[in-house]
Amino acid sequence: MPSAALQRKWQGRLSLTLLLAPALLWLCALIILPHIDLAILSFRERVGPRHYVASLAQYRTFFAEPLYWHVFVRTAVMSVVATFLTLLLAFPIAWIIAKLAQGRASSLLFILCLIPFWVSETVRTLGWMILLRESGVLPSLLVKLGITAVPVELLYHDATIMVGLIYTSLLFMVIPLISSLESLDNALIEAAYDLGADGFAILRAIVIPHAAPGITAGCIVVFMLTLGNYLTPTLLGGKNSQWFTEQIYTQFITRFNWEQGAALGFLLLALSTVMVMVGLRLTGQRFGDVMRRT
Amino acid sequence: MSTADLVADAVVKRFAEHIAVDSLSFTVERGSFFSILGPSGCGKTTLLRMIAGFIAPDSGEISIGGKSMQGIAPNRRPVNMVFQQLALFPMMSVGENVAFGLARRGVARAERLRRSQAMLERVGLGGAASKRVDELSGGQRQRVAIARSLVLEPTLLLLDEPLGALDLKLREHMKIELKQLQAAFGTTFVYITHDQSEALVLSDHVGVMSQGRFEQLGTPQDLYYRPHTPFVASFVGANNRIVGRVTSVDHASVEMTTADGWAIRALKKGAMAVGDAVEGFVRPEVASLGRTQTELPAGQPWHAGEVQSLLFDGANSAVLLQERRTRREFRIALPQTGQFSDLKPQEKVLFSFDPERAVCFPARAGAAGHDA
Repeated sequence: MPSAALQRKWQGRLSLTLLLAPALLWLCALIILPHIDLAILSFRERVGPRHYVASLAQYRTFFAEPLYWHVFVRTAVMSVVATFLTLLLAFPIAWIIAKLAQGRASSLLFILCLIPFWVSETVRTLGWMILLRESGVLPSLLVKLGITAVPVELLYHDATIMVGLIYTSLLFMVIPLISSLESLDNALIEAAYDLGADGFAILRAIVIPHAAPGITAGCIVVFMLTLGNYLTPTLLGGKNSQWFTEQIYTQFITRFNWEQGAALGFLLLALSTVMVMVGLRLTGQRFGDVMRRT
Repeated sequence: MSTADLVADAVVKRFAEHIAVDSLSFTVERGSFFSILGPSGCGKTTLLRMIAGFIAPDSGEISIGGKSMQGIAPNRRPVNMVFQQLALFPMMSVGENVAFGLARRGVARAERLRRSQAMLERVGLGGAASKRVDELSGGQRQRVAIARSLVLEPTLLLLDEPLGALDLKLREHMKIELKQLQAAFGTTFVYITHDQSEALVLSDHVGVMSQGRFEQLGTPQDLYYRPHTPFVASFVGANNRIVGRVTSVDHASVEMTTADGWAIRALKKGAMAVGDAVEGFVRPEVASLGRTQTELPAGQPWHAGEVQSLLFDGANSAVLLQERRTRREFRIALPQTGQFSDLKPQEKVLFSFDPERAVCFPARAGAAGHDA
């Protein structure tokens, strides 16, 4: 009966559409529509009260003004460094959880990684401030131990920002690493060992090639989170943190220059897209494969 | 001992309360194919991993090629292992897999390529160097795993049930291939398996292992025809196991009777007296079948049976009988002459066996009650 078959087909389509509806709605209302609006904003210029013309002036300002350039490059470089350091720190943690710890110890260690994320990022960052500010816990401890004569200000350094960024991102690196390391057959490691490889050779020839999609996935997520982070650089770096998201904030909220802010926002989006593509190209991986592993 | 490639001396390994390997000593001659045969959990994997160096013995010593392996890491031992699941590196091509060990030894790239290519040709995979591992068939992967180890010219090649994952037909084929490879290379092979047929077909010597000890160490023929313990008799090859008590005994042979009164005669193995619990073993091919007494070999005590089922398996066909009075099962291999091809279930038959070719052991502790 063709009419019944047709009806079934329509029912199938309808239920699929309904299932996808919340996601599509979310995508349209909160991602696509604002971005279209921002794109229009970024390509116009105010020439008089309530009078705008299409123009590339906002982007021209970015390239003409050295401060924007400086902050843009600085944010990119620091994000790359933070991503790399997070990887270095997360790899041993993931290795211990995935390969060395057995049963309950493994899940306990994972929960220990997770627990800090029950607290909001703001509170966590304020916690760092309590520890690191001049009258805080760590400087007074250093004085007591006789390492420094007077309390030193540990906040508002680039290193402080770095610590905060790594701390915030660690879990997002650990999770994809654990899942990719867990799928590595221990027999492969033993076989390499048996064939004469030492620890470094096993890491380079067996473990890293196997975990590459997980490493890339973690790096992409951490890089994007870091690049777009506002709270941590602002609170831990203070006025001199010079993070690009702060420039965007300033344009929108302080200067009320939405056109310039929108242009800077798009430049940040372009930066993260280009960096991720370059990263994938350098490691010879495909975006779809990598995302399936996260 | 210059001709021994592997010497184990009183090797012990405990895991908590459980003794995995219990004071084991043995020697494997250079160039021989040595198998360790045992059921799962007998400690054979632990033993192999101690030889490879992945775990250290609690006491005792393992020497390979005349050198003690005490404290020597797996990557520094003259031993290579073929893993149960082969553990080929999926991130590398076949050629890179074979060259991996050479690279770790610092062999130059050109030499590495030449030697791995030569090794692949020797195992019949000359054109496969650039293929990915998952493009190969099960048997080809097997050969790559062996080539990857043999290219390093180890003193000893360890094989951990490498045929277990293959289907029956391929397993039969690989058995022959393994034996030919071993003969061609002359490397000493130490092979562990729970499959008695693999051990019998492949090996020069077999150690039958149970609960961390060797029950018997000998040639496949020894194990099959002259088992030393009831475990070996029941584990190696098919056997009819009959449990009972001794009713009469002389210096070489014994008459035993089952609890329900079936009496058989067999060779005496070990000390026993009238009334002792014993286990008798009769191989299916030792017994003869007949419809009348005249069809049976003269001079053998005969028993009456009833056909329960026919187990057709080509050359390995057998018939499962019940002893007519006690209803005890007894398996007899069918002769290849087709003489009994018309046998029917429930048919009354006679059977006999040479008491000189049946064996009787003192019963093992805890094994007396049940029949095999």
